[in-house]
Amino acid sequence: MTRSGRLAGAGAVVRRRLLVAVPVLAATSVGMFALGAASPVDPAKQYAGAAAFTASEENLAQLRANWGVDDPLPVQYLRWISNLVQGDLGWSTSRHEPVASVLAARAGWTLLLIGVSLALVLVASLLLGALAAYRRGGLFDRALRAAAYAVQSMPVFWLGLAAIAVFALALGWLPAGGLTDVTATSTSWPDVAHHLILPVAVLAVSQAPWFVLFVRDAVAESMRDDHVLAARARGLPGRTVLFGHALRTALLPFLTLVGTHLPELVGGAVLVETVFSLPGLGAVTVAAALGSDFPLLAAITLVTTAVVLAANLATDLAYAAADPRVRLDG
Amino acid sequence: MADLAARPPLLQVARSRLRLRPGRAGAVTAGLVLLVAIAGSLLAPLVWPLDQSAVALDQTRLAPSWSHLAGTDDLGRDVAHRAVYGLRVSLLVGAVAALVATVLGGVVGGIAGTLGGRVDRILMRIVDTIAAMPHLLLGIFIVAMLRPSLGAVIASVGLTHWLSTARIVRSELLSLRTRPFIDAAISGGAGRLRVLTRHLLPHVLPRLALATTLMIPHAVWHETALSFLGLGLPPHLASLGNMINDGQGSLLTGAWWASLAPGGVIVVVTLAIAVLAARWRDRLDPRVRAELHL
Repeated sequence: MTRSGRLAGAGAVVRRRLLVAVPVLAATSVGMFALGAASPVDPAKQYAGAAAFTASEENLAQLRANWGVDDPLPVQYLRWISNLVQGDLGWSTSRHEPVASVLAARAGWTLLLIGVSLALVLVASLLLGALAAYRRGGLFDRALRAAAYAVQSMPVFWLGLAAIAVFALALGWLPAGGLTDVTATSTSWPDVAHHLILPVAVLAVSQAPWFVLFVRDAVAESMRDDHVLAARARGLPGRTVLFGHALRTALLPFLTLVGTHLPELVGGAVLVETVFSLPGLGAVTVAAALGSDFPLLAAITLVTTAVVLAANLATDLAYAAADPRVRLDG
Repeated sequence: MADLAARPPLLQVARSRLRLRPGRAGAVTAGLVLLVAIAGSLLAPLVWPLDQSAVALDQTRLAPSWSHLAGTDDLGRDVAHRAVYGLRVSLLVGAVAALVATVLGGVVGGIAGTLGGRVDRILMRIVDTIAAMPHLLLGIFIVAMLRPSLGAVIASVGLTHWLSTARIVRSELLSLRTRPFIDAAISGGAGRLRVLTRHLLPHVLPRLALATTLMIPHAVWHETALSFLGLGLPPHLASLGNMINDGQGSLLTGAWWASLAPGGVIVVVTLAIAVLAARWRDRLDPRVRAELHL
C-alpha cells in the first residue's frame, strides 16, 4: 500500500474509534451523573463542612440555588456536560477551587511518576524477558518466573510499605515519603529525584511481572522462527541473535500492548502516591472520594480515560506505520 | 527432567511413593493452603470468636511472640486473629464480586458470541473503550457516590471487572460456532435454544468457572486497595485492607509487623489460587501448557 493510502486508512481508523469512544464516554458520563445524583450526600452540606451544623437553612438553600442542584436532573446533566465539553471542568467542592486548577497543579507529578516507572519497566522487562527466553527452562528463567509470580500476587501498597520498612526505616538510605525534605523551603530537582527513587521503583517492580512474562513468552516464541534459526545457522553470536533478531520481532506487538496496560499503571500510581504521600492526583482523588466531590472525581476519571484512549490509538497507529503487514480494522 | 538426577535419592523415593511430580506437589500444597484458608474463614466465628471493636490498651505494639503470633497493633489487637477475620471478609467480598462480574461478563460475552456480526463488533468496541478506564478510579468513584459500605465495595468491584470475562466467553463461543459438531446438531434439527444449552454451554461453563476463580484474587486486591485508601469497609471492621492501612502508622513508629500478616495472607492465597488455576487451565487446554509450576 502506498504511503498516502496508509495515511488515509489512519484517518478512517481515527474516525471509527471516535464514533465508538464518544458515545461510550457520553453514556459513561450519564451513568456517573446518575450515580452522583443518587448519592445520599447533600452537596451543600458537604461543601460547608463543619459549618453546616451552624449554617442557617437559608444559606444552604442559597448554595443549592447557586449551583442549581435543585433543578431537574436532565437540566443539570446538560449544564454539566456542555461546560465539560467547553473546557470548564467545574468547581471542586472538596478543595474549594476550580477542578481545572487542581488538575493543572497535580497532574504533572502523577505523569512524572508514571512516565519514569513505565520507561524503567520497559527497559528492564525487555532485557530480563529476553535473557530468560534465551535459555528457556534454565535456572535464570525459572527464578525470574517464580519472582514474577510472587511479585504479581503482592498488592502494590503492601510492597510500598515493605520498601519503606526496609530502605527508609531499617537501612535509612532513602526518605519514607513526601516530595522534598521537611526542612526544604523550595523544590529542587536533586531533592525531588532523591524522594522519587523509592516510589518509582515500587511502581515499576509491581507492574514489571506482567511485562516480563509477556516479553519472555514472545521472545521464546520468536526464538523458534525461521529467521532466528537462520541467524544461528550463520554462526552469529548469541547476543546478536537474541537482541538483533528474536527480540526485534517480538518488540512491535509488545509495544501496542503497553497502551492497554496503562489503566493498571494509573491505578498503581494512585496507591503508590498514597503510600508515599506524594502530591499527585492520587491524594486528591482519595480526598475527593471521602468528600463525595462529584465534579473533581468525574473529571479525573473521564480525563484519564480520554488520555488512555488517545495513547492506545497512538500506539496502534505507530504500530501500523512501523509494520506494513499490519492492517487496522477498527 | 534433567534436574531430577541431581536430587538426593531419598527425596526421589518419597516423590515416587506419593506420586508427587514437581507440578503436582505445588498444586497439592496450593490446594491445602486454600482449603485451610476457606475452612478457617468459615469456621472462625465458631472456633475463635472475635469482638471487632475490642481493644487492649495495655498490650499495644507487642512484637510477634507465642501468645501473639503476628504481634499486636496500635490498639493492642492481635494481628493474627484479625487477619483471619480479614481474610473471611475479603474472600466473601471477592467471591460475591467475582460472581457479579461473571454474570455481567457472561451475558455481554454470550450475546456478542452467539449473535456475532455487527452486534459483536459494537459490543466489543464498547468493552475496549470501557477497558481504557482505570478501574481503580472508576471503583473509587462508585464507592464515593454510594458511600463506603460492603454493598458499595461489591458493586465497585463487580462493575469494573467483567470485561475480561466478556472477552473470554465471546471468543470461546465464536470459535465453537464454526466447529462441525454444531453444524451436525443444527442439521439434526436442534433449535437455537437446544444448541445453546446442550452444545455451547457445556463447553463455555468450565472456562467461565476458571475465569471466575482467577478473578477472585483481583477482586480481593481491589477490595483491599479501596479499604487501604479508607474508602472500603468501615474502619473498625477487621479487613485485610483496613489492617494494612492501620499498619502504615504503626510501621513509622517501629511496629513493622502490623501490616506484615494481612499482606502475607493476601500473597499466599493469591499464589495458591494462581497455581491451582494454572493446573486447571492445563487440563482444559492440553495443547497450551501454562508455565506456572512452582
